[in-house]
Amino acid sequence: MNPSSGAGRSYASAVLSLLDRRLVVVTGKGGAGKTTVAAALALARTRAGGRAIVCEVGGGESVSRAFGRRPAGHVETELSPGLWAISLEPRAALAEYLRDRLGSSTVSGLLFDNRLFQSLADATPGLRELVTMGKVWELAQPERRSDGASAYDLVVLDAPATGHALGLLGAPSTFRDVASAGPVHRQAEIIGGLISDPSRTAVVAAALPEETPVNETLELSAQLRDELGVELRQVVVSGLIAERFERSEVARIEASLSADGASPATDALRQALADHGRALEQGRQVERLREALGDDAVVTLPRLADGALDRSTLERLSQALEPAR
Amino acid sequence: MSAGDLLAGKRVCICAGPGGVGKTTVAAALATGLAADGSRVAVVTIDPARRLADALGLAALDDEPRRVEPERLAAAGLRVEGELWALTLDAKRTWDHVVARYAPDARTRATILSNPVYQQLSSAVAGTQEYMAMEKLYELHEQGGYDVVVLDTPPTRNALDFLDAPGRLLRFVDSRSLRLLTRPGRLGLRVAGRGAGAAFAVLERVSGVELLREVSEFLRAFDSMADDFRARAARVKELLGDPATAFVAVTSPRPESVGETIFLAGRLRGSGMRLAGAVVNRVHDGPPLGPGDHAELVRLVGPELAQKVATGAHDARALAERDRGGLERLRRELAHAPLIEVPDLEAGVNDIAGLARVSRHLFGPGADATRADYTGAP
Repeated sequence: MNPSSGAGRSYASAVLSLLDRRLVVVTGKGGAGKTTVAAALALARTRAGGRAIVCEVGGGESVSRAFGRRPAGHVETELSPGLWAISLEPRAALAEYLRDRLGSSTVSGLLFDNRLFQSLADATPGLRELVTMGKVWELAQPERRSDGASAYDLVVLDAPATGHALGLLGAPSTFRDVASAGPVHRQAEIIGGLISDPSRTAVVAAALPEETPVNETLELSAQLRDELGVELRQVVVSGLIAERFERSEVARIEASLSADGASPATDALRQALADHGRALEQGRQVERLREALGDDAVVTLPRLADGALDRSTLERLSQALEPAR
Repeated sequence: MSAGDLLAGKRVCICAGPGGVGKTTVAAALATGLAADGSRVAVVTIDPARRLADALGLAALDDEPRRVEPERLAAAGLRVEGELWALTLDAKRTWDHVVARYAPDARTRATILSNPVYQQLSSAVAGTQEYMAMEKLYELHEQGGYDVVVLDTPPTRNALDFLDAPGRLLRFVDSRSLRLLTRPGRLGLRVAGRGAGAAFAVLERVSGVELLREVSEFLRAFDSMADDFRARAARVKELLGDPATAFVAVTSPRPESVGETIFLAGRLRGSGMRLAGAVVNRVHDGPPLGPGDHAELVRLVGPELAQKVATGAHDARALAERDRGGLERLRRELAHAPLIEVPDLEAGVNDIAGLARVSRHLFGPGADATRADYTGAP
């Protein structure tokens, strides 16, 4: 299938600059292709010769499944050379955190296995989010804290949909403020520091070229800035219908339809007009994003008629994010 | 089957499904159709598209129901025998109402509302919005005087979060050991048994005293309203299992959405609830072009342009085939649940006219209307 348009390629170098970060957070409206974008970015990083890991939350593990793997849970798993995945589980992340803080598995085990502690951990609002971000932070360290673990060149967080993503990304700063001193305060400050440092972290939104998703993306951009002090670096717009026809061609199609009667051929012509109208509308929506966020901040991917997310689709989309050779 | 048959005799309709499939639109269209048939209907939308909200006259809405003016509906060719009411969910505000309702005194209320842990809980924690949607549903069902309440569920990666939400909230307020911990002083810890004191000391080391104090204060204040809260959450859960409550899966025929929907149906069964049916939104149509058709295309627009049109038709065909596959899989896996298809309508549905079209697909005769819309006939 055709890449959507020349624009998709000429702006793709901005995407490549994302790959120099330590952490890329991908969020956006449900169904806009967050997981696809996250995996495509990580793949692009591995093609540049690095080690990259996709962190999923919520247990779906669609990246592992796209590579024909079974769900592996909270374990770093290599899917293809250099490409890793992990499904973040708050409980496991909390246990790791305690081990790290207390420096002894006996003492941390005493705490972790305590029923009272588990109740408190379950009941404390935002703690799941905090320890999840703590694990993301740990994965992104140039020197890993986990014993024997190798560093990644890029960590891609496949974050939840917009509202929940803000809660997830905001958890460290909330805890930093709730506890104005003490170990959690310091930890939260360090994790929050990674999220808000534009030289190390970039936030990317997956979007669709329709009015409502574009509105929501613009709202997300404002919320990130107002609530977290973070800029939305890149929007990846998926599902662009190819603009096939010149204006004169549209006129010819319209003229050919003036006669009555319906046949598969005239249906196809009507379909062509409908697709053309839709492609133009999509172009207007992409333009709105470009106007608000800047040309470099928006990159487009073509609509694909593929089935489930699989490896070859990811490879193709990942290449579409890179400049033409 | 039409949505009218699907929802006959139902008092509550819960639209659940994956994100990005047009759930809000379908919920609003279901409510519109029920109102057209003479019911007094309230629809709880979550974060509706601005233009749709404007079109419904919901622009200045808080979370109280407002009636959609019959004139607005009539202007879009919708004759509504009943009444259509709509509101949007504001999870934070609904939480605040719950606290205001159940707090035993003004001081407790103020303590909770100003606690930083509460503020985090009410705005951002996964599951909260889902629970609050249930809470609002219950309130409208009990006190609103509506024939039917239609609920759009929040967009979550996992369409089932809303099902787990009441249970999670119940566990949250219902933990005995938690209460021991939050009891003033260390007395509770002694009751909690051996090891708890040591664990608490370690906890202080890890978390810091101040954080622990804020968390305890919040939990203690919350605990004072636990009994009422628990009773209500139990009633909400009961309502979900009521025979007059219908779960409608809203999905698209895309493989990811189909997978999530099948999972949803299984989980519903596991929880003793049944899927009444599924609305499959944004189904692509793309008839094949034979050699004769191609020749006609060439005759109509010339060989070069015919080739371009054929390429577009080929792409459309591929999408349509993918969607057929998704529909077949749904039909196979959701053996007892009827499917209602809604075609992929040009341009998103952002106004009442669009809503009316979706509604006609849901309630109308079906196939004929589908065809007419697809071909773009005016």
